[in-house]
Amino acid sequence: MAVMFALSCAGLLLGLALLGIAACRAAMGTALVYTTTMAVCAAACVNAVAFLLSSSPDSGLVLPFGLPWLGAHFRIDALSAFFLGLINLGGTAASLYAIGYGRHEETPQRVLPFYPAFLAGMNLVLLSADAFSFLLSWEFMSLASWALVMSHHREADNARAGFIYLVMASFGTMALLLAFGLLAGAGGDYLFTGMREQHHADLVSGLVLVLVLIGAGSKAGLVPLHVWLPLAHPAAPSHVSALMSGVMTKVAVYAFIRIVMDLLGTAQWWWAMLVLVIGAITAVLGVLHALMERDIKRLLAYSTVENVGIIFVGLGLALAFSANGLSAFAALALTGALLHALNHALFKSLLFFGAGAVLTATGERDIERMGGLIHRMPQTSFVMLVGSAAISALPPLNGFVSEWLIFQAVLVSPQLPQWGLKLLVPAVGAMLALAAALAAACFVRAYGVAFLGRPRSEAARDAVETDRWSLVAMFSLAALCFASGIVPGLLIDVLAPVTKLLTMARMPLQSSDTWLSIVPISEGRSSYNGLLVFVFITLSASSVAWAIHKLATRAVRRAPAWDCGFPDPSPATQYTASSFSQPIRRVFGSVVFRASEHVDMPAPGQTRPAVFEARIHDVIWETLYAPIGWIVEFVAGVLDRTQHLTIRRYLNLVFIALIFLLLVLATWR
Amino acid sequence: MALITGLATQTAEMVLVLALAPLLTGLIRKVKARLLMRRGPPVLQPYKDLLRLVRKEVVLAENASWLFRAAPYLIFAATWVAASLVPTFATGLLFSWSADLIAITALLGSARFFLALAGMDIGTSFGGIGSSREAMFATLAEPAMIMMVFTVALLAGSTQLSTVSNFMLSADVGLRVSLGLALIALIIVAVAENARIPVDNPATHLELTMVHEAMVLEYSGRHLAVIELAAQLKLLLYASLIACIFVPWGLARNEASLATLAIGVATYLAKLAAFGLLLAFFETSIAKMRVFRVADFLGIALMLGLLGTLLLFVTRSL
Repeated sequence: MAVMFALSCAGLLLGLALLGIAACRAAMGTALVYTTTMAVCAAACVNAVAFLLSSSPDSGLVLPFGLPWLGAHFRIDALSAFFLGLINLGGTAASLYAIGYGRHEETPQRVLPFYPAFLAGMNLVLLSADAFSFLLSWEFMSLASWALVMSHHREADNARAGFIYLVMASFGTMALLLAFGLLAGAGGDYLFTGMREQHHADLVSGLVLVLVLIGAGSKAGLVPLHVWLPLAHPAAPSHVSALMSGVMTKVAVYAFIRIVMDLLGTAQWWWAMLVLVIGAITAVLGVLHALMERDIKRLLAYSTVENVGIIFVGLGLALAFSANGLSAFAALALTGALLHALNHALFKSLLFFGAGAVLTATGERDIERMGGLIHRMPQTSFVMLVGSAAISALPPLNGFVSEWLIFQAVLVSPQLPQWGLKLLVPAVGAMLALAAALAAACFVRAYGVAFLGRPRSEAARDAVETDRWSLVAMFSLAALCFASGIVPGLLIDVLAPVTKLLTMARMPLQSSDTWLSIVPISEGRSSYNGLLVFVFITLSASSVAWAIHKLATRAVRRAPAWDCGFPDPSPATQYTASSFSQPIRRVFGSVVFRASEHVDMPAPGQTRPAVFEARIHDVIWETLYAPIGWIVEFVAGVLDRTQHLTIRRYLNLVFIALIFLLLVLATWR
Repeated sequence: MALITGLATQTAEMVLVLALAPLLTGLIRKVKARLLMRRGPPVLQPYKDLLRLVRKEVVLAENASWLFRAAPYLIFAATWVAASLVPTFATGLLFSWSADLIAITALLGSARFFLALAGMDIGTSFGGIGSSREAMFATLAEPAMIMMVFTVALLAGSTQLSTVSNFMLSADVGLRVSLGLALIALIIVAVAENARIPVDNPATHLELTMVHEAMVLEYSGRHLAVIELAAQLKLLLYASLIACIFVPWGLARNEASLATLAIGVATYLAKLAAFGLLLAFFETSIAKMRVFRVADFLGIALMLGLLGTLLLFVTRSL
């Protein structure tokens, strides 16, 4: 029943894609398509959450599409239901935002048909129960998002981003294809139920893990396969960027969890080491890149890379505990990872919506050409503040809760017996803490330079607030961030069926705790109460403000800024984003980016200005991708000679090929 | 009945930390002055300064936003809530289970987030330099603090401060290398976070040498009073943290009589005085570091914390 409803929602979305082709000519066509998409996504979300809460048995369906001997199998279980709820929530918010944002689209015919198709593809990936429908939906999702990335293809950057995205997506799908081939085994059983029953040799399982890390990891944004993310996510329209960053990466996380934790059987401890190392490096590298970026959307894309790293650290810890039979702690780590996936979908979508609002208001993506937007766009600034505080893991918002749970999982890790894990987990914990601190610095920089201070350009000076639909979408997401921070126990209880399915254990029931606090392991060990922290902060702030205003004075006088007695009217004298990150660039960047600063001072007597240059290198691109690019170009150049041969050479080739095949045929017998 | 006494103790703690914070700062300034052969301001001078500031009119820059006006109260609230949750004279406070050590670190991080944003609000280069340097120090100090929390939590089996203090008071602790490393890490982080020499000079107003002062340069009147009180509270918080984890003797346990509470308060005052004296000696005997040397200084704290945690991971099951 639930699966039929979910499938019909996906089918409706495909129908809306066709409607979009016709509707973009009509006056209210854009609004119609986005409103209907919002309604369908909301219905799908409610259906998924209802299935998760009711803990009904898994329902499946077989449709006569696809391969003739296989059919198309669809199934919904606790894991799919959670991720369906997540992506449809993101889809609802993005569609609501797009009702207002989509009015500014110059070429709606390039966006409108592909947007519902993208959502349909994501829904179908989560519902698939056999390898063929999974890969078909995965590719459909990639192609629909590629079309959306190429919607503004006239700009050279976007065309390049689309090309790299296509190459990386195809590479990832090939890795997943090989993984499914290995999982199907000698019998060639492509159904998930069949793959679950199979027993694989340790080497085969390890190979599947590596292939899934490459395939799903490249879509999620794990280092070193993340390079397409900061190019492709900013190129798409803002509501699509929010979906790609906040939601599509979670579909990749779902693929990883489904294959590694569900289909592969019992984990081995060294898998956890690999996942932990990759996750930790991704987290730190992602946020360091974000600190060097000036383009607000690229900054947010790199921040997505960081958060995906954090999710994979949680998943690695869950694998480590599962491999050693510590299922209760595996449930804790897995809950932390899944909760972080949900929280990230919420605040990353919010931040991208805000970036889109600023883009329509100022026409700028470069934060060093913004400034003072808190005065011109007060509501957008407020929700962006909530989003920035949430992503920096500040209590009492939701980002803190998932990071806290993952830290609690690190603290129970001494029980792991393997020495490799014992030495690795503290280092991973330190890198996680480092990533969290760097993320806070990153968002102080992004918010401070873009929204605070004085306007650095005409566009920032003349910005106007965005439309009501966008504001409603942003405020709803901000309210959800706040609510998940205050009552996280509810979400942890909702996640119990998912962890029960994957780790055979669940976290203790949270709704019975006093005053809505969360107790991950036991009362005496650790607990957190977001509601109380929020109440205390509000009470302290208001009581102090009231006491001072009542007993002392309320007087305020406006005057020019003090600035130590030397105020400068030019807004160019305030700190830029590069100046803000200069200390961090010197401390961390010299190692990670080979960052260097060059100052070219004029000789005494010369009147030319000095030139300051700060250089950073994307080391992964230069060491991994650029050489591969050259090799492929070289080989292609060599093979290109076969395109321009004479008739005689071609006939020779055919003759040689024939002789070779006959020889092969002869020796085979 | 137990609820009422619990509520009374918690409220007494909140009022005590608020009342003692300026006194600690006054004591440190007096001792520093005496060590430099000066008479120094009276020990109660910070109270008089706060009262004077609170009664003055706020001079606000023309382009200051609502965030600039609200930030002092948010910073103060986050710091006060964090300080109220650290056991000072008694463990087992009524609301100590609502936020553990990691949450306290994160609350201080929230305060720093809003302070850094306030520094960037007016759009002057002083605010920018303060926020930028503060952000760099925080990226190293916060992980060092978290690693220190991990070390202590692994030993005590909990991140709740009351449980940690009770564990440290019991006989199960013994002398441990990890605790020593954690103590040094916490002292380094405390010096860095409270803007003391060698990281930042709290007494200067020269742009080359200030970080915290640069961020609050545009504040005046009651806003400045609230921010200064928050900074003093933060220093008291770190002193109480070092005291309750590493020097916990004298802390009244959960079910305590009036006599033990009085002993708790007396020992707490003695520990604060000792902390103030030692900090004053330390600040007078060392020069301020260059900004990029602070990164190495904090890196040492991070490495010590990591080493302490690693040692505990490795020796746990042996």
